[in-house]
Amino acid sequence: MAVIETKNVSYTYPGATKPSISDVTIKVEKGEFVLITGPSGCGKTTLCRCFNGLIPHFYQGELKGEVIVAGMDVTQHQTHEMAKHVGLVFQNPENQLFALSVEKDVAFGLENLGYPREEMRKRVDWALNLTGIYDLRERSPHEVSGGQQQRVAIAAVLAMQPEIIVLDEPTSFLDPLSAEKIFDVIYELNQKIGITVVLVEHRLDLTAKYANHIIIMDEGKVCFDGSPREILSAEETRLIGVGIPKATFLYKLLKKEGINLSNVTPLSSEELSKLLRGVLEAK
Amino acid sequence: MIEVEDVHYVYPSGVEALKGVSLAIKDGEFIAIMGQNGAGKTTLVKHFNGLLKPTQGNVRINGVDTRKASIAELARNVGFVFQNPDHQLFSETVEEEISFALKNFGFEPGVIEKRLDWALNLLGLTQYRKTSPFLLSGGERKRVALASVLAWDPQVLVLDEPTIGQDHQQKENLRQFIIQMQSQGKTVVIVTHDVEFVAECSPRVILMKEGKIVADGEGKEILTNPEVLAQSSIVLPQVAQIFTQLTALGLPKDVIDIYEAKEILLKALKERQK
Repeated sequence: MAVIETKNVSYTYPGATKPSISDVTIKVEKGEFVLITGPSGCGKTTLCRCFNGLIPHFYQGELKGEVIVAGMDVTQHQTHEMAKHVGLVFQNPENQLFALSVEKDVAFGLENLGYPREEMRKRVDWALNLTGIYDLRERSPHEVSGGQQQRVAIAAVLAMQPEIIVLDEPTSFLDPLSAEKIFDVIYELNQKIGITVVLVEHRLDLTAKYANHIIIMDEGKVCFDGSPREILSAEETRLIGVGIPKATFLYKLLKKEGINLSNVTPLSSEELSKLLRGVLEAK
Repeated sequence: MIEVEDVHYVYPSGVEALKGVSLAIKDGEFIAIMGQNGAGKTTLVKHFNGLLKPTQGNVRINGVDTRKASIAELARNVGFVFQNPDHQLFSETVEEEISFALKNFGFEPGVIEKRLDWALNLLGLTQYRKTSPFLLSGGERKRVALASVLAWDPQVLVLDEPTIGQDHQQKENLRQFIIQMQSQGKTVVIVTHDVEFVAECSPRVILMKEGKIVADGEGKEILTNPEVLAQSSIVLPQVAQIFTQLTALGLPKDVIDIYEAKEILLKALKERQK
């Protein structure tokens, strides 16, 4: 079942002379972990803004085509209705934090939906613990570091336990180990509870291994849409400026030299070193 | 030359962000400062242009104590690009944003025009010349912030997380640009979590933890040492991960460059085939 479906979607920001996305038709199935990538300015963020109705309700401009998320046409449902189904974590955490304490920020969405106090307490603590910011709960979200703010924004969305989580470069300010922990948490929720994840990322070294669906955009259009192994092993992806994982690239460099380690393209260092050990130890 | 001598810094809130940091950066060096969130990296580099003055200890830029110079004087030599571009952008158009500092430093209109064109072109922003920075994407705004500092050609360039939101091609451009700066004898200091970018550039790496420097040396040496990196919440670059997982086969461990990795593996595979 598709939880996100766009049909020939084009969108132009007010005052802009050309559309930021044009003729985008994609389908995201329930429970998928989708990675959206592509050169800077290619329309990734704009597309994400369509998923919870920020476009067209907050950003005016001109939207053409159809966006159906969780069975609802986004033009017919307000952002607050969409928010029950879709959680969006912005690129810049400062754009979404506003409460006096971290805890209040995380609880805000639940308060609005009128959850009972006990349930709220439980969910807020759960989200604070998952993202490793329980100790910061009394602090102001504006006095913690950029990386910590990103965790607050993620916790606020997780607390809502939406069916779909859309994350726009959610860990860019975090150190790699913390980023990996956050991705592991999100991946676990995807695997265990079946939350659909849409992740916008440039750093495929860190994230390709989690995805089972990848969409590559360029100049506002979708240019590749399919399985990560298939797309990242294609020669053309590198040409449009997508940084494929180093392990995948090394595998391809060796293949060019006539060494075919496997017909399944590796996406992580573990996968590649396993292949290499297989060949090197066998002899 | 940047000299940092036993610097301590305590924020007004009472948090001690630097606890005795000493280092010297020579002209023309390329340095990456790495470490986990809250390690004091940004606090340290803010001392390089006098935005912060040490609570204890000294910072000297070309022999001048930063306590005795204004930020304006220091900024002419040390250009600073913030982590979050929205903290520094304010103009109506990209063009005005980039010319702002040039005007303030009193450059001739002809020179301003030339430097503006150069910076726009270098960072692939020419098409956005008349656009508001706030209509651009996160990655593009980051490049506008960088262009606005490059334009006045400071001797030292401090870039706080320059690769955030940048795609593969932009990162490659940034790397080429840093090489170009170095060939002109400029000093480049980056604060970054991007291990893959650092592995590709191979600068001197300074690793920080809880307000102190815990390692200082060649990128190749530090980025292949899992024990040292783990202390600072940094993961090994992917190529180093692969070689760490292959040590039992007698391959070297200190490899971060992908082309070097290819040569080593080809040789090993050919030897096995004999």
